[in-house]
Amino acid sequence: MAVLEVRHLCKRFGENQVISDISFEVNKGEVLVIIGPSGSGKSTLLRCINRLEKVDGGTISVCGDEMITGYETDKKGIQRPVYASPEVLRKIRLNVGMVFQNFNLFPHFSVLKNITDAPVCVLKQDIQSANEKAMALLEKMGLKEKAQAYPCELSGGQQQRVSIARALALNPQILFFDEPTSALDPELTGEILKVIKELAKEKMTMVIVTHEMAFARDVADRVIFMDGGVIVEQGTPAEIFSNTQNERTKAFLKRFSESDL
Amino acid sequence: MTNGFAVKAEPFVLAFWKGCVCVDFEYLLKLLLILLEGMGTSLKVFALTLIFSIPLGMIVAVGKMSRHVIINFPIRVYISIMRGTPLILQLIFIYFGPYYIFNVTYDRFTAAIIAFSINYAAYFAEIFRGGMQSMPLGQYEAAQVLGYTKSQTFFRIILPQVVKRVIPASANEVITLIKDTALAQTIGVIELFSLAQKQSSFIFSVMPLFVAGVFYYILNLVVSGAFSFIEKKLNYYR
Ligand SMILES: Nc1ncnc2c1ncn2[C@@H]1O[C@H](COP(=O)(O)OP(=O)(O)OP(=O)(O)O)[C@@H](O)[C@H]1O
Ligand SMILES: [Mg+2]
Repeated sequence: MAVLEVRHLCKRFGENQVISDISFEVNKGEVLVIIGPSGSGKSTLLRCINRLEKVDGGTISVCGDEMITGYETDKKGIQRPVYASPEVLRKIRLNVGMVFQNFNLFPHFSVLKNITDAPVCVLKQDIQSANEKAMALLEKMGLKEKAQAYPCELSGGQQQRVSIARALALNPQILFFDEPTSALDPELTGEILKVIKELAKEKMTMVIVTHEMAFARDVADRVIFMDGGVIVEQGTPAEIFSNTQNERTKAFLKRFSESDL
Repeated sequence: MTNGFAVKAEPFVLAFWKGCVCVDFEYLLKLLLILLEGMGTSLKVFALTLIFSIPLGMIVAVGKMSRHVIINFPIRVYISIMRGTPLILQLIFIYFGPYYIFNVTYDRFTAAIIAFSINYAAYFAEIFRGGMQSMPLGQYEAAQVLGYTKSQTFFRIILPQVVKRVIPASANEVITLIKDTALAQTIGVIELFSLAQKQSSFIFSVMPLFVAGVFYYILNLVVSGAFSFIEKKLNYYR
Protein backbone atom coordinates (compact mmCIF):
# COMPACT_ATOMS: atom_id res chain seq x y z
CA MET A 1 0.00 0.00 0.00
CA ALA A 2 1.23 3.50 -0.77
CA VAL A 3 1.91 5.52 2.37
CA LEU A 4 2.23 8.69 0.34
CA GLU A 5 0.65 9.49 -3.00
CA VAL A 6 1.33 12.78 -4.75
CA ARG A 7 -0.58 13.48 -7.96
CA HIS A 8 -0.01 16.39 -10.38
CA LEU A 9 1.32 18.65 -7.65
CA CYS A 10 1.89 22.28 -8.69
CA LYS A 11 3.28 25.14 -6.67
CA ARG A 12 4.31 28.65 -7.63
CA PHE A 13 5.63 31.64 -5.74
CA GLY A 14 4.14 34.59 -7.58
CA GLU A 15 5.15 34.09 -11.21
CA ASN A 16 7.83 31.56 -10.32
CA GLN A 17 6.57 28.04 -11.05
CA VAL A 18 8.59 26.03 -8.55
CA ILE A 19 6.85 22.66 -8.90
CA SER A 20 5.12 21.66 -12.12
CA ASP A 21 2.94 18.59 -12.25
CA ILE A 22 4.88 16.23 -10.01
CA SER A 23 3.50 12.75 -9.30
CA PHE A 24 5.04 9.94 -7.31
CA GLU A 25 4.25 7.51 -4.55
CA VAL A 26 6.09 6.01 -1.64
CA ASN A 27 5.28 2.51 -0.47
CA LYS A 28 5.42 1.18 3.03
CA GLY A 29 8.95 0.49 4.18
CA GLU A 30 10.44 2.20 1.15
CA VAL A 31 13.26 4.76 1.23
CA LEU A 32 12.93 7.40 -1.45
CA VAL A 33 15.83 9.75 -2.00
CA ILE A 34 15.32 13.00 -3.89
CA ILE A 35 18.35 14.61 -5.50
CA GLY A 36 18.67 17.64 -7.71
CA PRO A 37 20.44 20.96 -8.10
CA SER A 38 19.85 23.86 -5.75
CA GLY A 39 16.57 25.64 -6.43
CA SER A 40 15.01 22.66 -8.18
CA GLY A 41 12.13 22.63 -5.69
CA LYS A 42 13.05 19.71 -3.41
CA SER A 43 12.41 21.56 -0.14
CA THR A 44 9.27 23.15 -1.51
CA LEU A 45 7.96 19.70 -2.43
CA LEU A 46 8.42 18.44 1.14
CA ARG A 47 6.97 21.65 2.55
CA CYS A 48 3.85 21.30 0.40
CA ILE A 49 3.26 17.77 1.67
CA ASN A 50 3.80 19.07 5.22
CA ARG A 51 1.39 21.96 4.70
CA LEU A 52 4.13 24.46 5.50
CA GLU A 53 3.23 25.79 2.03
CA LYS A 54 -0.15 25.86 0.30
CA VAL A 55 -0.29 24.04 -3.01
CA ASP A 56 -1.68 25.48 -6.26
CA GLY A 57 -2.73 22.24 -7.89
CA GLY A 58 -2.82 18.47 -7.56
CA THR A 59 -3.64 16.11 -4.73
CA ILE A 60 -1.77 14.53 -1.85
CA SER A 61 -2.83 11.50 0.11
CA VAL A 62 -1.17 10.08 3.20
CA CYS A 63 -2.09 6.55 4.36
CA GLY A 64 -5.24 6.80 2.25
CA ASP A 65 -6.39 10.15 3.67
CA GLU A 66 -6.87 12.83 1.05
CA MET A 67 -5.37 16.14 2.16
CA ILE A 68 -7.07 18.21 -0.54
CA THR A 69 -10.72 17.58 -1.24
CA GLY A 70 -11.00 19.76 -4.32
CA TYR A 71 -10.39 23.16 -5.83
CA GLU A 72 -12.49 26.30 -5.97
CA THR A 73 -12.01 29.44 -7.99
CA ASP A 74 -11.79 32.62 -5.91
CA LYS A 75 -13.01 36.12 -6.80
CA LYS A 76 -9.82 36.92 -8.73
CA GLY A 77 -10.26 33.78 -10.81
CA ILE A 78 -7.37 31.97 -9.14
CA GLN A 79 -7.67 28.29 -8.38
CA ARG A 80 -7.40 27.60 -4.65
CA PRO A 81 -7.16 24.24 -2.89
CA VAL A 82 -9.86 23.17 -0.46
CA TYR A 83 -8.17 21.32 2.37
CA ALA A 84 -9.80 18.44 4.22
CA SER A 85 -11.49 18.81 7.62
CA PRO A 86 -9.32 19.65 10.65
CA GLU A 87 -9.67 16.08 11.95
CA VAL A 88 -8.31 14.58 8.72
CA LEU A 89 -5.54 17.17 8.53
CA ARG A 90 -4.56 16.40 12.09
CA LYS A 91 -4.43 12.69 11.35
CA ILE A 92 -2.22 13.35 8.32
CA ARG A 93 -0.05 15.72 10.33
CA LEU A 94 0.67 13.04 12.91
CA ASN A 95 1.41 10.46 10.23
CA VAL A 96 4.11 12.63 8.69
CA GLY A 97 7.30 13.37 10.62
CA MET A 98 9.81 15.99 9.59
CA VAL A 99 13.51 16.49 10.27
CA PHE A 100 14.83 19.93 9.35
CA GLN A 101 18.18 20.94 7.99
CA ASN A 102 18.89 23.14 11.01
CA PHE A 103 17.22 20.91 13.62
CA ASN A 104 14.82 23.56 15.01
CA LEU A 105 14.95 22.08 18.48
CA PHE A 106 13.20 24.07 21.21
CA PRO A 107 16.10 25.74 23.04
CA HIS A 108 14.20 26.34 26.28
CA PHE A 109 13.33 22.65 26.70
CA SER A 110 15.76 19.96 27.84
CA VAL A 111 16.56 17.18 25.40
CA LEU A 112 14.05 14.91 27.13
CA LYS A 113 11.32 17.54 27.12
CA ASN A 114 11.95 18.31 23.45
CA ILE A 115 11.03 14.70 22.75
CA THR A 116 8.16 14.25 25.24
CA ASP A 117 6.40 17.59 24.95
CA ALA A 118 4.55 16.90 21.70
CA PRO A 119 3.44 13.37 22.71
CA VAL A 120 2.12 14.78 26.01
CA CYS A 121 0.59 17.96 24.58
CA VAL A 122 -0.60 16.77 21.22
CA LEU A 123 -1.24 13.04 21.67
CA LYS A 124 -2.23 13.43 25.36
CA GLN A 125 0.08 10.60 26.38
CA ASP A 126 0.78 10.42 30.10
CA ILE A 127 4.17 11.78 31.07
CA GLN A 128 5.39 8.47 32.45
CA SER A 129 5.04 6.53 29.21
CA ALA A 130 6.20 9.50 27.13
CA ASN A 131 9.38 9.64 29.22
CA GLU A 132 9.97 5.91 28.84
CA LYS A 133 9.51 6.09 25.09
CA ALA A 134 11.82 9.11 24.88
CA MET A 135 14.54 7.40 26.89
CA ALA A 136 14.34 4.37 24.63
CA LEU A 137 14.70 6.62 21.59
CA LEU A 138 17.62 8.47 23.15
CA GLU A 139 19.29 5.17 23.92
CA LYS A 140 18.90 4.22 20.28
CA MET A 141 20.46 7.54 19.24
CA GLY A 142 23.34 7.00 21.67
CA LEU A 143 22.33 10.05 23.70
CA LYS A 144 20.88 8.55 26.84
CA GLU A 145 23.22 10.49 29.12
CA LYS A 146 22.20 13.79 27.45
CA ALA A 147 18.54 13.57 28.46
CA GLN A 148 18.77 16.44 30.93
CA ALA A 149 21.07 18.62 28.78
CA TYR A 150 19.84 21.62 26.81
CA PRO A 151 20.18 21.76 23.02
CA CYS A 152 22.80 24.53 23.24
CA GLU A 153 25.06 22.13 25.10
CA LEU A 154 25.08 19.60 22.26
CA SER A 155 27.07 19.36 19.04
CA GLY A 156 25.22 19.78 15.74
CA GLY A 157 25.24 16.06 15.16
CA GLN A 158 23.80 15.39 18.60
CA GLN A 159 21.14 18.05 18.09
CA GLN A 160 20.13 16.48 14.81
CA ARG A 161 19.84 13.06 16.48
CA VAL A 162 17.58 14.59 19.13
CA SER A 163 15.42 16.11 16.43
CA ILE A 164 15.12 12.69 14.76
CA ALA A 165 14.09 11.21 18.13
CA ARG A 166 11.57 14.04 18.55
CA ALA A 167 9.99 13.22 15.19
CA LEU A 168 9.95 9.47 15.92
CA ALA A 169 8.29 9.98 19.31
CA LEU A 170 4.99 10.70 17.54
CA ASN A 171 5.16 7.34 15.69
CA PRO A 172 4.87 8.77 12.20
CA GLN A 173 4.04 6.50 9.29
CA ILE A 174 6.50 8.34 7.08
CA LEU A 175 9.49 10.50 7.93
CA PHE A 176 10.86 13.36 5.83
CA PHE A 177 14.43 14.58 5.93
CA ASP A 178 15.38 17.84 4.25
CA GLU A 179 19.16 17.84 3.90
CA PRO A 180 19.66 16.50 7.43
CA THR A 181 23.45 16.82 7.27
CA SER A 182 23.89 20.09 5.37
CA ALA A 183 24.21 22.23 8.51
CA LEU A 184 26.80 19.91 10.03
CA ASP A 185 30.57 19.85 9.95
CA PRO A 186 31.74 17.14 7.55
CA GLU A 187 33.05 14.95 10.35
CA LEU A 188 29.60 14.93 12.01
CA THR A 189 27.56 13.86 8.96
CA GLY A 190 28.51 10.22 9.44
CA GLU A 191 26.67 9.81 12.73
CA ILE A 192 23.42 11.08 11.21
CA LEU A 193 23.73 8.95 8.09
CA LYS A 194 24.30 5.93 10.32
CA VAL A 195 21.09 6.63 12.26
CA ILE A 196 19.11 6.98 9.03
CA LYS A 197 20.55 3.72 7.68
CA GLU A 198 19.54 2.08 10.94
CA LEU A 199 15.97 3.35 10.46
CA ALA A 200 16.00 2.07 6.88
CA LYS A 201 16.95 -1.36 8.15
CA GLU A 202 13.95 -1.25 10.50
CA LYS A 203 11.79 -0.56 7.43
CA MET A 204 10.86 2.98 8.38
CA THR A 205 9.23 4.67 5.40
CA MET A 206 11.34 7.71 4.51
CA VAL A 207 11.72 10.49 1.98
CA ILE A 208 15.19 11.98 2.08
CA VAL A 209 16.44 15.07 0.28
CA THR A 210 20.22 15.05 0.27
CA HIS A 211 23.36 16.15 -1.50
CA GLU A 212 25.31 13.17 -0.11
CA MET A 213 25.42 11.06 -3.24
CA ALA A 214 27.30 8.11 -1.78
CA PHE A 215 24.78 7.92 1.03
CA ALA A 216 21.86 8.29 -1.40
CA ARG A 217 23.12 5.39 -3.45
CA ASP A 218 23.61 3.30 -0.35
CA VAL A 219 20.34 3.89 1.49
CA ALA A 220 17.82 4.45 -1.31
CA ASP A 221 15.35 1.91 -2.64
CA ARG A 222 14.40 4.44 -5.29
CA VAL A 223 15.88 7.74 -6.41
CA ILE A 224 14.13 10.73 -7.94
CA PHE A 225 16.19 13.28 -9.82
CA MET A 226 14.45 16.66 -9.87
CA ASP A 227 15.36 19.72 -11.89
CA GLY A 228 13.40 22.90 -12.58
CA GLY A 229 10.36 21.69 -10.64
CA VAL A 230 9.83 18.45 -12.54
CA ILE A 231 10.91 14.85 -12.06
CA VAL A 232 13.54 14.34 -14.74
CA GLU A 233 14.16 10.71 -14.00
CA GLN A 234 13.44 8.12 -11.37
CA GLY A 235 14.68 4.60 -10.77
CA THR A 236 16.78 2.34 -8.61
CA PRO A 237 20.11 3.73 -7.35
CA ALA A 238 21.91 1.58 -9.94
CA GLU A 239 19.77 2.95 -12.76
CA ILE A 240 20.30 6.57 -11.74
CA PHE A 241 23.89 6.57 -10.54
CA SER A 242 25.51 4.07 -12.89
CA ASN A 243 23.41 3.58 -15.99
CA THR A 244 21.53 6.79 -16.62
CA GLN A 245 20.93 7.66 -20.27
CA ASN A 246 19.51 11.07 -19.38
CA GLU A 247 21.75 14.00 -20.31
CA ARG A 248 20.51 16.25 -17.46
CA THR A 249 21.05 13.53 -14.87
CA LYS A 250 24.50 12.88 -16.27
CA ALA A 251 25.39 16.57 -16.15
CA PHE A 252 24.21 16.84 -12.55
CA LEU A 253 26.03 13.74 -11.32
CA LYS A 254 29.23 14.82 -13.03
CA ARG A 255 29.55 17.58 -10.45
CA PHE A 256 30.13 14.98 -7.77
CA SER A 257 33.53 13.36 -7.90
CA GLU A 258 33.81 9.68 -8.82
CA SER A 259 34.94 8.86 -5.31
CA ASP A 260 31.62 10.14 -4.01
CA LEU A 261 29.71 7.42 -5.87
CA MET B 1 44.17 78.14 41.66
CA THR B 2 40.41 77.81 41.79
CA ASN B 3 38.49 76.55 38.82
CA GLY B 4 34.86 77.19 38.00
CA PHE B 5 33.65 73.97 39.51
CA ALA B 6 35.27 74.56 42.89
CA VAL B 7 33.78 78.02 43.10
CA LYS B 8 30.30 76.67 42.54
CA ALA B 9 30.79 73.50 44.52
CA GLU B 10 32.07 75.15 47.67
CA PRO B 11 28.85 76.84 48.78
CA PHE B 12 26.92 73.71 47.76
CA VAL B 13 28.99 71.44 49.97
CA LEU B 14 28.84 73.97 52.77
CA ALA B 15 25.08 74.30 52.52
CA PHE B 16 24.70 70.55 52.44
CA TRP B 17 26.88 70.12 55.47
CA LYS B 18 25.01 72.85 57.32
CA GLY B 19 21.74 71.18 56.40
CA CYS B 20 22.95 67.97 57.96
CA VAL B 21 24.31 69.33 61.19
CA CYS B 22 21.78 72.07 61.88
CA VAL B 23 18.62 69.97 61.77
CA ASP B 24 17.64 68.27 64.91
CA PHE B 25 16.80 64.61 65.21
CA GLU B 26 13.10 65.26 65.55
CA TYR B 27 12.97 67.05 62.20
CA LEU B 28 15.01 64.32 60.57
CA LEU B 29 12.48 61.74 61.67
CA LYS B 30 9.62 63.89 60.42
CA LEU B 31 11.40 64.38 57.10
CA LEU B 32 11.92 60.67 56.65
CA LEU B 33 8.24 60.02 57.32
CA ILE B 34 7.20 62.69 54.83
CA LEU B 35 9.55 61.37 52.16
CA LEU B 36 8.51 57.78 52.80
CA GLU B 37 4.91 58.78 52.23
CA GLY B 38 5.96 60.52 49.00
CA MET B 39 7.82 57.42 48.01
CA GLY B 40 4.60 55.47 48.57
CA THR B 41 2.85 57.64 46.00
CA SER B 42 5.76 57.30 43.59
CA LEU B 43 5.69 53.54 44.01
CA LYS B 44 1.96 53.52 43.35
CA VAL B 45 2.47 55.43 40.11
CA PHE B 46 5.28 53.05 39.22
CA ALA B 47 3.39 49.84 39.96
CA LEU B 48 0.09 50.89 38.40
CA THR B 49 1.88 52.07 35.27
CA LEU B 50 3.58 48.69 34.89
CA ILE B 51 0.34 46.82 35.54
CA PHE B 52 -1.44 48.73 32.78
CA SER B 53 1.33 49.40 30.28
CA ILE B 54 2.74 45.88 29.94
CA PRO B 55 -0.50 44.15 28.86
CA LEU B 56 -1.42 47.21 26.80
CA GLY B 57 2.02 47.04 25.19
CA MET B 58 1.41 43.39 24.23
CA ILE B 59 -1.88 44.28 22.59
CA VAL B 60 -0.30 47.22 20.76
CA ALA B 61 2.59 45.01 19.60
CA VAL B 62 0.17 42.46 18.16
CA GLY B 63 -1.76 45.30 16.52
CA LYS B 64 1.36 46.75 14.95
CA MET B 65 2.24 43.36 13.47
CA SER B 66 -1.25 43.10 11.95
CA ARG B 67 -1.39 42.92 8.17
CA HIS B 68 -4.51 45.12 8.06
CA VAL B 69 -3.73 48.77 7.43
CA ILE B 70 -6.87 49.82 9.34
CA ILE B 71 -5.30 48.29 12.46
CA ASN B 72 -1.59 48.88 12.02
CA PHE B 73 -1.74 52.45 10.69
CA PRO B 74 -3.39 54.08 13.75
CA ILE B 75 -1.03 52.08 15.95
CA ARG B 76 1.97 53.34 14.01
CA VAL B 77 0.74 56.92 14.49
CA TYR B 78 0.13 56.35 18.19
CA ILE B 79 3.59 54.88 18.80
CA SER B 80 5.27 57.57 16.78
CA ILE B 81 3.53 60.35 18.76
CA MET B 82 4.24 58.73 22.13
CA ARG B 83 7.90 58.33 21.32
CA GLY B 84 8.22 61.60 19.44
CA THR B 85 6.93 64.06 22.05
CA PRO B 86 8.05 64.79 25.62
CA LEU B 87 6.38 62.74 28.34
CA ILE B 88 5.92 65.91 30.40
CA LEU B 89 3.88 67.42 27.58
CA GLN B 90 1.76 64.29 27.31
CA LEU B 91 1.09 64.45 31.06
CA ILE B 92 -0.06 68.06 30.85
CA PHE B 93 -2.12 67.37 27.76
CA ILE B 94 -3.92 64.42 29.33
CA TYR B 95 -4.72 66.23 32.53
CA PHE B 96 -5.55 69.70 31.23
CA GLY B 97 -6.80 68.69 27.76
CA PRO B 98 -10.25 67.59 28.92
CA TYR B 99 -10.54 70.76 30.98
CA TYR B 100 -9.85 73.10 28.07
CA ILE B 101 -11.87 71.10 25.56
CA PHE B 102 -14.87 69.84 27.56
CA ASN B 103 -14.47 71.89 30.70
CA VAL B 104 -14.27 68.77 32.87
CA THR B 105 -11.70 68.13 35.57
CA TYR B 106 -10.71 64.82 37.01
CA ASP B 107 -8.33 63.23 39.48
CA ARG B 108 -4.68 64.18 38.96
CA PHE B 109 -3.44 60.81 40.06
CA THR B 110 -5.67 59.04 37.54
CA ALA B 111 -4.43 61.37 34.83
CA ALA B 112 -0.82 60.59 35.71
CA ILE B 113 -1.47 56.83 35.53
CA ILE B 114 -3.21 57.19 32.16
CA ALA B 115 -0.41 59.33 30.72
CA PHE B 116 2.40 57.11 31.99
CA SER B 117 0.60 53.93 30.92
CA ILE B 118 -0.08 54.94 27.34
CA ASN B 119 3.42 56.38 27.01
CA TYR B 120 5.19 53.31 28.36
CA ALA B 121 2.88 50.95 26.48
CA ALA B 122 4.28 52.39 23.26
CA TYR B 123 7.84 51.66 24.32
CA PHE B 124 7.01 48.20 25.63
CA ALA B 125 5.12 47.45 22.42
CA GLU B 126 8.20 48.14 20.35
CA ILE B 127 10.30 45.93 22.62
CA PHE B 128 7.76 43.09 22.49
CA ARG B 129 7.39 43.39 18.72
CA GLY B 130 11.16 43.23 18.32
CA GLY B 131 11.23 40.13 20.52
CA MET B 132 8.45 38.42 18.58
CA GLN B 133 9.98 39.23 15.21
CA SER B 134 13.41 38.05 16.26
CA MET B 135 12.04 34.52 16.73
CA PRO B 136 13.28 32.24 13.97
CA LEU B 137 10.56 30.95 11.65
CA GLY B 138 11.91 27.43 12.20
CA GLN B 139 10.46 27.40 15.72
CA TYR B 140 6.94 27.95 14.39
CA GLU B 141 7.46 25.39 11.64
CA ALA B 142 8.83 22.73 13.99
CA ALA B 143 5.86 23.24 16.31
CA GLN B 144 3.41 23.10 13.42
CA VAL B 145 4.90 19.90 12.04
CA LEU B 146 4.73 18.29 15.50
CA GLY B 147 1.01 19.00 15.60
CA TYR B 148 0.89 21.78 18.20
CA THR B 149 -2.17 23.99 17.88
CA LYS B 150 -1.65 27.72 17.27
CA SER B 151 -2.22 28.59 20.93
CA GLN B 152 0.00 25.76 22.20
CA THR B 153 2.71 26.99 19.85
CA PHE B 154 2.40 30.51 21.16
CA PHE B 155 2.21 29.75 24.87
CA ARG B 156 4.59 26.76 25.06
CA ILE B 157 7.17 27.48 22.39
CA ILE B 158 7.20 31.14 21.37
CA LEU B 159 6.24 33.16 24.46
CA PRO B 160 8.81 31.71 26.89
CA GLN B 161 11.58 32.45 24.41
CA VAL B 162 10.27 35.94 23.69
CA VAL B 163 10.21 36.70 27.43
CA LYS B 164 13.89 35.86 27.66
CA ARG B 165 14.65 38.03 24.64
CA VAL B 166 12.78 41.10 25.92
CA ILE B 167 13.96 41.06 29.54
CA PRO B 168 17.11 43.22 29.10
CA ALA B 169 15.37 45.96 27.10
CA SER B 170 12.36 45.88 29.43
CA ALA B 171 14.66 46.31 32.44
CA ASN B 172 15.91 49.56 30.91
CA GLU B 173 12.35 50.85 30.53
CA VAL B 174 11.36 49.89 34.06
CA ILE B 175 14.39 51.63 35.53
CA THR B 176 13.66 54.73 33.46
CA LEU B 177 10.08 54.64 34.72
CA ILE B 178 11.18 54.85 38.35
CA LYS B 179 12.95 58.10 37.61
CA ASP B 180 10.18 59.35 35.32
CA THR B 181 7.59 59.12 38.12
CA ALA B 182 9.04 62.42 39.35
CA LEU B 183 7.37 64.06 36.34
CA ALA B 184 3.94 63.40 37.88
CA GLN B 185 4.44 66.56 39.98
CA THR B 186 3.97 68.70 36.85
CA ILE B 187 0.23 68.05 37.08
CA GLY B 188 0.23 68.38 40.86
CA VAL B 189 0.60 64.80 42.03
CA ILE B 190 2.38 65.00 45.36
CA GLU B 191 5.13 62.41 45.12
CA LEU B 192 8.62 61.87 46.46
CA PHE B 193 10.45 64.47 44.42
CA SER B 194 8.00 67.33 44.95
CA LEU B 195 7.94 66.71 48.71
CA ALA B 196 11.72 66.69 48.87
CA GLN B 197 11.85 69.96 46.95
CA LYS B 198 9.36 71.53 49.31
CA GLN B 199 11.33 70.44 52.35
CA SER B 200 14.53 71.67 50.77
CA SER B 201 13.25 75.18 50.35
CA PHE B 202 11.71 74.97 53.81
CA ILE B 203 15.03 74.34 55.59
CA PHE B 204 17.29 76.03 53.00
CA SER B 205 19.25 72.86 52.44
CA VAL B 206 19.63 70.29 49.67
CA MET B 207 19.71 67.54 52.26
CA PRO B 208 16.06 66.43 51.72
CA LEU B 209 16.72 66.22 47.95
CA PHE B 210 19.77 64.15 48.69
CA VAL B 211 17.71 61.78 50.82
CA ALA B 212 15.15 61.54 48.00
CA GLY B 213 18.00 60.69 45.64
CA VAL B 214 19.05 57.89 47.96
CA PHE B 215 15.46 56.59 47.97
CA TYR B 216 15.31 56.53 44.15
CA TYR B 217 18.68 54.87 44.04
CA ILE B 218 17.76 52.13 46.50
CA LEU B 219 14.55 51.44 44.60
CA ASN B 220 16.54 51.14 41.41
CA LEU B 221 19.01 48.78 43.05
CA VAL B 222 16.14 46.54 44.07
CA VAL B 223 14.58 46.61 40.60
CA SER B 224 17.80 46.02 38.70
CA GLY B 225 18.72 43.30 41.17
CA ALA B 226 15.39 41.62 40.48
CA PHE B 227 16.00 41.79 36.75
CA SER B 228 19.52 40.35 37.02
CA PHE B 229 18.05 37.54 39.06
CA ILE B 230 15.43 36.81 36.39
CA GLU B 231 18.04 37.04 33.65
CA LYS B 232 20.27 34.60 35.48
CA LYS B 233 17.33 32.25 36.03
CA LEU B 234 16.63 32.29 32.30
CA ASN B 235 20.27 31.77 31.43
CA TYR B 236 20.03 28.00 31.54
CA TYR B 237 19.67 28.01 27.75
CA ARG B 238 20.86 30.09 24.85
N1 LIG C 1 8.94 31.35 0.43
C1 LIG C 1 9.37 31.52 -0.85
N2 LIG C 1 9.01 32.62 -1.54
C2 LIG C 1 9.40 32.78 -2.83
N3 LIG C 1 10.16 31.91 -3.50
C3 LIG C 1 10.55 30.80 -2.87
C4 LIG C 1 10.18 30.55 -1.51
N4 LIG C 1 10.72 29.37 -1.14
C5 LIG C 1 11.40 28.92 -2.22
N5 LIG C 1 11.30 29.76 -3.25
C6 LIG C 1 11.89 29.55 -4.59
O1 LIG C 1 11.50 28.28 -5.04
C7 LIG C 1 12.56 27.66 -5.74
C8 LIG C 1 12.82 26.29 -5.18
O2 LIG C 1 13.31 26.42 -3.85
P1 LIG C 1 13.61 25.16 -2.94
O3 LIG C 1 14.05 25.68 -1.62
O4 LIG C 1 12.46 24.24 -2.96
O5 LIG C 1 14.85 24.49 -3.69
P2 LIG C 1 15.73 23.27 -3.24
O6 LIG C 1 15.67 22.28 -4.33
O7 LIG C 1 15.33 22.81 -1.88
O8 LIG C 1 17.18 23.92 -3.18
P3 LIG C 1 18.38 23.62 -2.19
O9 LIG C 1 19.04 22.37 -2.69
O10 LIG C 1 19.26 24.81 -2.33
O11 LIG C 1 17.81 23.47 -0.82
C9 LIG C 1 13.75 28.59 -5.66
O12 LIG C 1 13.84 29.28 -6.90
C10 LIG C 1 13.40 29.54 -4.56
O13 LIG C 1 13.92 30.81 -4.82
MG1 LIG D 1 16.24 22.83 0.08
